[in-house]
Amino acid sequence: MMRNREPRSEDLIKGMTGDWEIVLGLEVHAQVTSKAKLFSGASAEFGAEPNTQVSFVDAAMPGMLPVINRYCVEQAVKTGLGLKAQINLRSIFDRKNYFYPDLPQGYQISQFKNPVVGEGEIVIDLAGGRSEVIGIERLHLEQDAGKSIHDLGPAASHVDLNRSGVALMEIVSKPDMRSADEAKAYVTKLRTILRYLGTCDGNMEEGSLRADVNVSVRKPGGPLGTRCEIKNVNSIRFIGQAIEYEARRQIEILEEGGKIVQETRLFDPKAGETRSMRSKEEAHDYRYFPDPDLLPLELKQADVDAIKARLPELPDDKKARLISEFGLSAYDATVLVGEKATADFFEAVAKGRDAKLASNWVTVELFGALNREGHSIETSPVSAEHLGKLIDLIADGTISGRIAKQIFESMYKTGGDPAEIVEKEGLRQVTDTTAIEAAIDAVIAANPDKVEQAKAKPSLAGWFVGQVMKSTSGKANPQVVNEILARKLGLSSEG
Amino acid sequence: MTDLTKLTLAGARDALKKKEFTSLELTDAYLGAIEGAAALNAYVTVTGDEAREMAKASDLKLGKGQGGALEGLPLGIKDLFATKGVLTTACSHILDGFKPPYESQVTSNLWRDGAVMLGKLNNDEFAMGSSNETSFYGPVVNPWRRKGEETKIVPGGSSGGSSSAVAAKLCLAATATDTGGSIRQPAAFTGTVGIKPTYGRCSRWGIVAFASSLDQAGPIARDVRDAAIMLRSMAGYDDKDSTSVDRPVPDYEAALGQSLKGLRVGIPKEYRVDGMPAEIDALWQKGIDWLKAAGAEIVDVSLPHTKYALPTYYIVAPAECSSNLARYDGVRYGLRVEGKDITDMYEKTRAAGFGAEVRRRVLIGTYVLSAGYYDAYYLKAQQVRTLIARDFAEAYTKCDVLLTPTAPSAAFGIGEKTADPLSMYLNDVFTVTVNLAGLPGISVPAGLSSDGLPLGLQLIGKTFDEETLFRVAYALEEAAQFKAEPAVWWRA
Repeated sequence: MMRNREPRSEDLIKGMTGDWEIVLGLEVHAQVTSKAKLFSGASAEFGAEPNTQVSFVDAAMPGMLPVINRYCVEQAVKTGLGLKAQINLRSIFDRKNYFYPDLPQGYQISQFKNPVVGEGEIVIDLAGGRSEVIGIERLHLEQDAGKSIHDLGPAASHVDLNRSGVALMEIVSKPDMRSADEAKAYVTKLRTILRYLGTCDGNMEEGSLRADVNVSVRKPGGPLGTRCEIKNVNSIRFIGQAIEYEARRQIEILEEGGKIVQETRLFDPKAGETRSMRSKEEAHDYRYFPDPDLLPLELKQADVDAIKARLPELPDDKKARLISEFGLSAYDATVLVGEKATADFFEAVAKGRDAKLASNWVTVELFGALNREGHSIETSPVSAEHLGKLIDLIADGTISGRIAKQIFESMYKTGGDPAEIVEKEGLRQVTDTTAIEAAIDAVIAANPDKVEQAKAKPSLAGWFVGQVMKSTSGKANPQVVNEILARKLGLSSEG
Repeated sequence: MTDLTKLTLAGARDALKKKEFTSLELTDAYLGAIEGAAALNAYVTVTGDEAREMAKASDLKLGKGQGGALEGLPLGIKDLFATKGVLTTACSHILDGFKPPYESQVTSNLWRDGAVMLGKLNNDEFAMGSSNETSFYGPVVNPWRRKGEETKIVPGGSSGGSSSAVAAKLCLAATATDTGGSIRQPAAFTGTVGIKPTYGRCSRWGIVAFASSLDQAGPIARDVRDAAIMLRSMAGYDDKDSTSVDRPVPDYEAALGQSLKGLRVGIPKEYRVDGMPAEIDALWQKGIDWLKAAGAEIVDVSLPHTKYALPTYYIVAPAECSSNLARYDGVRYGLRVEGKDITDMYEKTRAAGFGAEVRRRVLIGTYVLSAGYYDAYYLKAQQVRTLIARDFAEAYTKCDVLLTPTAPSAAFGIGEKTADPLSMYLNDVFTVTVNLAGLPGISVPAGLSSDGLPLGLQLIGKTFDEETLFRVAYALEEAAQFKAEPAVWWRA
């Protein structure tokens, strides 16, 4: 059952005949993180030479039989628990029959009527702090097919069976999404959850995560329209583009008095459009039936409970904790939990330190530098330990905030320890009042006219602060400079 | 030297241990017999050189007083079993030239125990048939003939090569497979013993699949003892087959000769079918009398869903085969007939590669699984299957083993039934129930028909109770004293 949602005016698309509402459901194929395939011991590693990771089972040699990889089942259960979903203690593997050269058995082993995971939900995070609950219909395990290669020669096609038999989780949402942004947020969040769980690496470029998007349009709150399925969209950006295009295409047809034909379509990222692949009439009759080579998949509640007990902290929980424990804003917390590695990095930096300062340094300075340099948090030249030390140096007055930024740049370039950089480059903040007084006296002596002006107009004191900082290469403690300067110029220290 | 091929498997085993002759001598005797029996068409591949090498290796072990349970004993292997580096085609054109780079688990078990492989035995194409007439390599001929006739008789199917070879003494014993009666019916047609063990007893790994939920390997042998020895080696848990069952394999031979006192033998009334020849009925009655005389108690039981078994079987088996045979597509191995595109290549390859009976079953199977028909056919058949299994469970509250005829008639002539698939399918009427319920069943030769062809009686046991089956089969064998042998007409 889909969620009953009040249409939001921001989500509606203006047509010639009025507003239209988009209804979206997604089927995400996520490759299970596992060393071996779903039903054979062959490696599931990406990027190997063609046909080097193919067992007799994967090549469908006569008399070969599938044996379930229990680790993949555990991964599916773990994912189901992460989606707060029903775990079915008895599920069944079915054969989905069709002929294709990259499908050696002539059938894909999948789960049709009795999936391993039932209904669950995902909370998606949207702009302006809005969140929505999106229902999960089911999650089932299935085999991936091989890959057909058509461009090695003019007359022949080739088949690489390395992927044949690799374990996939098909995660089906309910038709609960109402805009391209929600669909993008859904995939983003699902990907985050999978990565937290360690059940799928979420790598869309390598095809570890791909989405089939079901799009239909209707008058706001009206009866559901006929849907089209856009197959195999492999980036979050493309998902957004495909939906925008497809919704407008459907609206145009309907407004011209036409009818939507239920069909499978493909998104062409170069042209930015969807194209018909096959209609419902051309759809295969897959002749699903329970795979007689496999027994029903039975799970024990105790095993499910044990997996549950070992679940890591998930993004929603982590976000709530960061807010309560560190006093972060919802926005900062959302940004930080987007990647588990980022949240872990932040926590390592913030532990025992000022959380707001830590958050700023991680989200503003570090993220800014990482983005500029094309690094990820995993490849950050600045470690959490070093960033923490830098914050300590600010907190104990060893350096000023301004100098800290300079040190950070050096840390980013060299990967060095901030304390060592301070010592080596002599960046320690000057708090010695005699030295600062001498510097101030020198500036005052050189600028008698400015002294007179400042006495009349206290805001000019800022100019003197600047001069003193300049002459001390920024190392003078600004607070001490302010105090002494105010006294010397005969101003109040608040001035 | 007397003809070594006259010995049973047990006899040859004991003689080899006593060093009365060598495995090489025994193997050569069989290779000679095979060479002289081309008229039977029982073997599709003879591996003479390999057999002699295996025999020599066995002789070394036997010489040192070592060796496994089957050390040095020459066997024939149904072509459905993958044999590493040796042509394995399931007697289908579509597997032309296929030499698997792996060995089936069942044959691996046999070689582990020291057996010698003589070659690959003919069978119905992909084990689909009841007369061994659907083989791409031509029909197998039964060594038995009707009294005073030269008509070629079928050896039963699908394990016709196995039954013919055992009956004609072209091997000591043979592997076979049984999906709807393919071990027991050929055994009955050739005066040999064949047992289909409980589903899950033998690994299916490396056996070309016909219908996965029904297929099970077993031996065809000259007598009950030989079958017991063979099954002990063939059986065993295999973690490569998810439907294999992990339980120890008993010493079946030890069960032979144990008393039938207190044993209850059930006689299912539904197996008394209309139009069954009187001599089959009479033989059945004889069997009842023999077991009673041996101390068993006879009880009448009912298996009310028996009449649905054949239609159920001919939905389930084709459904599974239509999917299992999808892998023969011309892409990776076996026959490929080029076409203008991939679909054309598939169609031409499969049209040329599969024989008429296989095509018929693939089409039936595709039909019963298709959208709109699945519930009426496949789903219904699975429900009936449950009821059939329940019938047996109910019957076994009243008895320990069931006695029935193996087949509704004696063997028929080659070509007599090929035009009428339904009458051919009726051959399996007493055997398919056992596969549908996953139970063990054994066929024991019990007499001759009026025209001189062997007839068999079937014993059906409880799940994994092959020991009782062997015990009763042995008593039946003792009582029947079936000593007839076919006249040797085929020797070249």
